[in-house]
Amino acid sequence: MIEIFLQGILLGGLYTLFALGQSLMFGVMRLTNTAQGDFIILGAFAVVAGTALAGGAPFAVALAVLPLAFGFGYALQRYVLNGTLGKDPLPSLVVTFGLSIVIQNLLLELFSADPRSIETGGLNTQGLALGESLSLGVLPLVILAIAVAATAGLQWLFARTALGRSFRAVSDDREIAELMGLDAKKVYAFATAIAFVLIAVAGALQGMRTTVSPSDGPLLLLFAFEAVIIGGMGSFWGTLAGAMILGITQQIGFRLDPGWGIWVGHIVFLIVLVLRPQGLFPKTRG
Amino acid sequence: MMSALLEAHGLQAFYGDAQALFGIDLSLAQGELVAIIGANGAGKSTLLKCLTGLVRTPREAVRFKGEAIGGLPPGEIVKRGLAMVPEGRRLFPSLSVEENLLIGGLAGRKGPWNLQRLYGLFPILAEKRHNPGTELSGGQQQMVALGRALMSNPELLLCDELSLGLAPIVIREIYAAMPAITGEGMTVVIVEQDLTMAQRVSQRIYCLQEGRVSLAGRSDALSREQISQAYFGI
Repeated sequence: MIEIFLQGILLGGLYTLFALGQSLMFGVMRLTNTAQGDFIILGAFAVVAGTALAGGAPFAVALAVLPLAFGFGYALQRYVLNGTLGKDPLPSLVVTFGLSIVIQNLLLELFSADPRSIETGGLNTQGLALGESLSLGVLPLVILAIAVAATAGLQWLFARTALGRSFRAVSDDREIAELMGLDAKKVYAFATAIAFVLIAVAGALQGMRTTVSPSDGPLLLLFAFEAVIIGGMGSFWGTLAGAMILGITQQIGFRLDPGWGIWVGHIVFLIVLVLRPQGLFPKTRG
Repeated sequence: MMSALLEAHGLQAFYGDAQALFGIDLSLAQGELVAIIGANGAGKSTLLKCLTGLVRTPREAVRFKGEAIGGLPPGEIVKRGLAMVPEGRRLFPSLSVEENLLIGGLAGRKGPWNLQRLYGLFPILAEKRHNPGTELSGGQQQMVALGRALMSNPELLLCDELSLGLAPIVIREIYAAMPAITGEGMTVVIVEQDLTMAQRVSQRIYCLQEGRVSLAGRSDALSREQISQAYFGI
């Protein structure tokens, strides 16, 4: 039982990283990025390609991808997604859906359908022994640590910095925020830039822990979405909690039957959506 | 004769195809307190939104300190020294009282107004500085909204319906702060439904009726009858 719980927590760490970027973009600008999963896979392939070009050093390549992701996210929001924002949620859904298709086909063209992974010199198989019968993977522990640090970092950014204040202000009332001198277009671009750094981190780690292929995106989107919905809107710690719950329920499902893991997660997600649509830990707004 | 701080000539405004303002002429001298009155729908809020860039106007329709500012984005206008207290307060619910005030200071203009001075003017805000802005009473929220605009150290402060929804004693408390605001030469425009208050605190009045100026003059020279006629368009 303990092992299910611990493995669920570790999986939850990964799902947190899938979900944080989604939570951030939705929280600041009410934008649902349907290409979230595909961008994560794109990030993974960027590290795959970079590592092949560099002949090794996957961690250095992953770090080098981060500022590129920041710039890419900023430009994407500034020049493409800002134009889709408004009262109607449809344009942003349609455009990001279109991006999802473009990315999948682009990756298919460049890399073929074969699954790839990022070589980490055996890190993905190393384990940490806990007692006699329990072993936790080192890489999943690293992923969990990064997930917690990222969540704490985002929470701190929002609560304690001027940029975080700007995010909250434009999210609350864009018109009055602009009256105060905030350039909403630039604020949104910064939010997406940060979200894409998280996406790149998630992609790199996903590619290290397992294989990735161009069509993996939509399933990752589903996990991200479920984590955000279960946890509740408006809180990054809520997203982490939602991801943990999703991870644990999937692990319970896997134990019941290997084919049931993801399905049990979906059931729990649906139950939360029906009984408490605002999520388990929503941050209430005035 | 001093040149006007703000001038509007033939100001027109549209919401889509519907015309809201039909050629407003307006002039404000530095240091004045001017009231804009009118019935609901007369165009008072629209006029303020035109001045602050929230509603588009032709470039030359509004001049501030000699510069044509019509149609500039609100952020550019607030940097030039024109700030607004919006109708209905519109505090940011996710921000505390102090954070709401700090956002007001983003424009980065130098001047006498800062957090300390605001807390001196409205001590209750200091007590509640960490509370969410929306947990305050209506009157206290109005103080925060007013303070937020003052934090940008404007030369021209536009106040849209300060007294809306507030009890008379609270309205008096808010307006009691006006001398401290105008004392150092700040020009203030108040849009007011409370005609008595408008006439008492202002030096000049503009009355709007269905998108046009129906009356303009010194507050102490206009009779209640004149104002009523201009207000209701009779």
